[in-house]
Amino acid sequence: MDHAPIAPDPVVALTGFARMLRSQGVPADTSRLAAAVEAVAHLDATDPTAVYWAGRLTLCAEPDDLARYDTLFEEWFGPAAHAGGPPAPPPPPARAGAIRVALASSQAPPGHDAQGDEDELAVAASEAERLRHKDVTQLTTAERAEVNRLVALLAPRAGLRRTHRWQPGRGRRLDLQRTVRGMVRGGEPARLPTLRRRVRARRLVLLIDVSGSMAPYADLMLRFAHAAMRVRPAGTEVFTVGTRLTRLTPHLRLRDPQEALDAAGRAIPDWSGGTRLGESLRAMLDLWGQRGATRQAVTVLVSDGWERGDVTLLGEQTARLSRLSHRVLWVNPHRGREGFAPVAAGMAAALPHVDELLAGHTFDALQELAEVILHA
Amino acid sequence: MSFPDFADPTAVADALEAAGYLPSPGIATAVFLAMRMHRPLFVEGDPGVGKTALAHALTEICGVRLLRLQCYEGIDASQALYDWDFPRQILHLRAAGSDPAAGSGGAGDRGDLEASLYDRRFLIARPILLALEQSPAVLLIDEIDRADDEFEAFLLEVLAENAVTVPEIGTIAADVPPLTVITSNRTREVHDALKRRCLYLWLAHPDFDREVAIVRSRVPDAAVRLVADVARTAGRLRTADLLKPPGVAETIDWAHALHTLGASRLDEDAARATLGAVVKYREDFVRVERSLGELLGG
Repeated sequence: MDHAPIAPDPVVALTGFARMLRSQGVPADTSRLAAAVEAVAHLDATDPTAVYWAGRLTLCAEPDDLARYDTLFEEWFGPAAHAGGPPAPPPPPARAGAIRVALASSQAPPGHDAQGDEDELAVAASEAERLRHKDVTQLTTAERAEVNRLVALLAPRAGLRRTHRWQPGRGRRLDLQRTVRGMVRGGEPARLPTLRRRVRARRLVLLIDVSGSMAPYADLMLRFAHAAMRVRPAGTEVFTVGTRLTRLTPHLRLRDPQEALDAAGRAIPDWSGGTRLGESLRAMLDLWGQRGATRQAVTVLVSDGWERGDVTLLGEQTARLSRLSHRVLWVNPHRGREGFAPVAAGMAAALPHVDELLAGHTFDALQELAEVILHA
Repeated sequence: MSFPDFADPTAVADALEAAGYLPSPGIATAVFLAMRMHRPLFVEGDPGVGKTALAHALTEICGVRLLRLQCYEGIDASQALYDWDFPRQILHLRAAGSDPAAGSGGAGDRGDLEASLYDRRFLIARPILLALEQSPAVLLIDEIDRADDEFEAFLLEVLAENAVTVPEIGTIAADVPPLTVITSNRTREVHDALKRRCLYLWLAHPDFDREVAIVRSRVPDAAVRLVADVARTAGRLRTADLLKPPGVAETIDWAHALHTLGASRLDEDAARATLGAVVKYREDFVRVERSLGELLGG
């Protein structure tokens, strides 16, 4: 390809360059481009190193962009131009704390699993109790209807979070300004007004894998999602991931579970298809997550972690998800099975960035999930 | 008073070097552009690569004050912007109350009294407001990733306008925008809207030669051989997949510790005795100690 000359008109060259960066996922939008043009104007536009740094400082937004920027810069302005730049940095380490927690939980021997012990006791229990602990793939039609009814009664919702703002109320912090204003009117303060942090409901984001290997559980998980939508319609987001990303939130707003599920089913084009978890997750984060849907949210990823493609992307995107969310919970229905180990490559890549790994294969496990979401 | 006017990035680099901070060409360009374009510098990088040190060096080359805002979870406007001086307001009230000339306290007097409580002299300026008032100054907003993300939205407002509005007083604006440095350790993704306002500078660990130069400028009396050994070993430790890879700060500490003990080169015994200066987790300590011979070899 012909290399664009940096001078005489850097604006033209930079505009084309920014367009190319955008096509490769670097967020070089118009306002950033304007900054780049301004930066070059302050520097020597004939000096390739100066142009390199002007662009890098204004057009990139995170370390991941830098490697792409370097490659594209060389392609666009020619190899000689890329002189002064140091090599792109290695990806920064993930949260150290998260790694250790996740490893500890994944290394627990299956025999010590509380779920397993309960399964043994359940044999002697009543019919309803038995149903609670039965793997949903083993249910008869009648039993399934009963479990569906129970799931509709679950009210999965995330807990409260303290916001930034203070409001009058019983708290530990004195409302000094109200005290002073009171004294202007009435002399000595008889009662000390206090402030407390305003609280809001935490958002809940559910990502449900609807690929072939998850098909037996997907229906139940969607019912769980619907139950969550019913409790907090404004604070819940539901997506399905598979070969592509589908946002189900509007479809699940219908009151009746069956109608909502039918609407959702029509909206999901890749039902029982393959898995491209990493790409779907990236699409979710690009379109919704980074802009706010997952910020301060409890994010629940329901998947068995069987990834068809390269798992590096899934690992990266889960790391990104964990930086954007308050907590990341991974629900793997196969975890409830005896002898489970997180062997699926995708699972292993994502685990270091997951706060908690849960099962979701029985009604009882779903109830536990609702509990964990509430206290996350 | 105003910021010094540097002609080009090389002039900035020379000034930083004279101040004891050895910048890469990228850092010098970033600083130059931040001053020319009046944009905050958003600095990301692993802990210990010299993000905060950069702000200190900037203070020195500009000959202005540094105002530092350390972020933490739950930080809010009363710690970042301003607060009212409650005890002084009370004193003022008491004084006004005992003043016989204040009259019997009609509605109008009370209004005046309340208004007089919200005078500028009762306002305690916190780092951001101080920086706006005292600019030219360097404003360091350290470790923004520790604050809640709502704090960013609030920061964005202040940085976009270079002004703070106090409802009772009005808008306080800076004549010269302060040179703002925002650092992040990247434990949390910072909002794109904030990043877009800033110049994005990723600080990598310095290469071997630069690290040797940095350590030598900080520990000038240390033996040349020792400094080279320390820099090489620190470079190796960074690729050893530790929980906390050593930053430049640790390398300097390590060289300092070894020099204090009178070492002229890095051997296994000296390294073992001073490992705590460079490795900060028990798990890392055990791993490094086990492979110490390998790390120092070659």
